[in-house]
Amino acid sequence: MQALKRAIWVFHLNTGGCNGCDIEILAALTPRYDLERFGIKLVGSPRHADVLLITGPVTRKMEERLKRVYAQTPDPKMVVVVGNCGSSKGVFHHHYNVVGPVDKFVPVDVYVPGCPPRPEAIIYGVAKAWIKLEKLKEEKK
Amino acid sequence: MSEFTLPVGPVHPAFKEPIQFKFKIEGEKIKSVDIDMGYNHRGIERAGMKRNPVQIIYLSERICGICSFSHPFSFSRAVENAVGIEVPERAHYIRTIIAELERLHSHLLWAGVAAHEIGFDTVLYLVWKNREKVMDICESITGNRVHYGVMMIGGVRRDLTEEHCQKLSKAMEYYNETLTAIEDVFLNEKTIKMRTQGIGILSKKDALALSAVGPTVRASGVPKDVRVDQPYAAYADMDVKPIVPEKANGDIFDRVWCRLVEVRQSIQIIDFCLQNIPKGDTLAEKNIVKLLADLSQAEGEGIGRHEAPRGECTHYVVLNKQPNPFTWKARAPTYNNVLPWVPMFKDAEIADIPIISASIDPCIACADRVTIVENNKTKTLNKIDLHKKSIEKSKRLKKCQ
Ligand code: SF4
Repeated sequence: MQALKRAIWVFHLNTGGCNGCDIEILAALTPRYDLERFGIKLVGSPRHADVLLITGPVTRKMEERLKRVYAQTPDPKMVVVVGNCGSSKGVFHHHYNVVGPVDKFVPVDVYVPGCPPRPEAIIYGVAKAWIKLEKLKEEKK
Repeated sequence: MSEFTLPVGPVHPAFKEPIQFKFKIEGEKIKSVDIDMGYNHRGIERAGMKRNPVQIIYLSERICGICSFSHPFSFSRAVENAVGIEVPERAHYIRTIIAELERLHSHLLWAGVAAHEIGFDTVLYLVWKNREKVMDICESITGNRVHYGVMMIGGVRRDLTEEHCQKLSKAMEYYNETLTAIEDVFLNEKTIKMRTQGIGILSKKDALALSAVGPTVRASGVPKDVRVDQPYAAYADMDVKPIVPEKANGDIFDRVWCRLVEVRQSIQIIDFCLQNIPKGDTLAEKNIVKLLADLSQAEGEGIGRHEAPRGECTHYVVLNKQPNPFTWKARAPTYNNVLPWVPMFKDAEIADIPIISASIDPCIACADRVTIVENNKTKTLNKIDLHKKSIEKSKRLKKCQ
């Protein structure tokens, strides 16, 4: 990796998934995979975040929350959807209380497929978002 | 002092039922709590009634990513119970091994999260580093880290090879060694003791009245464990004892203790299974088409119980000569453990919210957003603030020493 210009802060939101993806995101942060060595850090509020990591197929009650969290994240921002069910509803297709997928409500930049994706794949997805974010900033200059 | 309402949540990451708590507080003390559920309701059971039993196995895995073996286990047992399928002996042993591996990884996951909640991130990393070993084993046995996809009605889809057995016994040796360090931290470290002893107490009476399950009820001194009360799979062949503390206070410390001892117990169970696993088939009916045809002719109701890491997980199925089950009902252990939160939270401090809510192991527990409504002026505390409060309390207690 080239020298990083900035550290990426990530906010993680579960919109009703099974939490398989969420524990893999957490696993990506722990010593084996160590996401933090790239300066990628999980933060507790969307207001501090550059990247939104979204899991889950969006349930009816979470729809509003998802939109609100997206609006709270400062621009420029990237949205990474982790897991099949966030990308396409996956196994939760045709469920009456599932209104997703995520890209129906907020624009998505990177999809990470897998149910759940491996931690490596999640790191790769976040890195892709990071590259896109840098490009966006260059263009703006 | 006037009372405030303090809503916590509902963005609870990783939870079958994400929850919003509404705390009534007076100063720093919690007076009462109201719990609002349903944020994660996906309608799984309803959708399952439109799928056939083999498809439901994959759906039931996705009820929860941490109990991803317990739900299909209970469901398969319910269907086998309804139809009367005999599971081969070897499959029983493989199921038991994977179920115990799941308990191992789930309890370690919990220990890490609990440490994080009281501000011990070093311990979180220590424990999660250890946990990767069992994830590797699960991956090599089943092909996946989280959703194993190994369960099938009437047995399991993959056999254990000689190589797997060797890897497993090596891993168990590894855990026998490394667990000592983790136990030492949790049971002897002064700050952890201060933050957990005498906090979040659930009395035996309340535990029974609210029908708590799993380590939550055992820590209150009730020896309730499906593996003992109604032995199934390979548990019937061995001597499993419910883990109950000698002098149960029902506080968080007891729950920590219960889980740590259960990890040791899981290692013993896996060792026993490895030594006694019989040879033979792993599946009662290998042809899925024939299995589905048989199931669509079956009639009856069945119940499947399994002691998941968090407590008893029950599935109920009614088949009525249709390709899809007529009824499917799943009851996850966290569901039972929600009401016991009410007595636990009573008179606790705000700084204890994270550790108390984590103490029943609701998959991952942490409040994402807290709002204090103070005379209609709204002040928002988020997860970080709550976490900071928790860390502050740890530091304060240390200083008082
Ligand atoms: S993609 Fe799969 S593992 Fe991830 S939240 Fe959805 S169902 Fe769970």
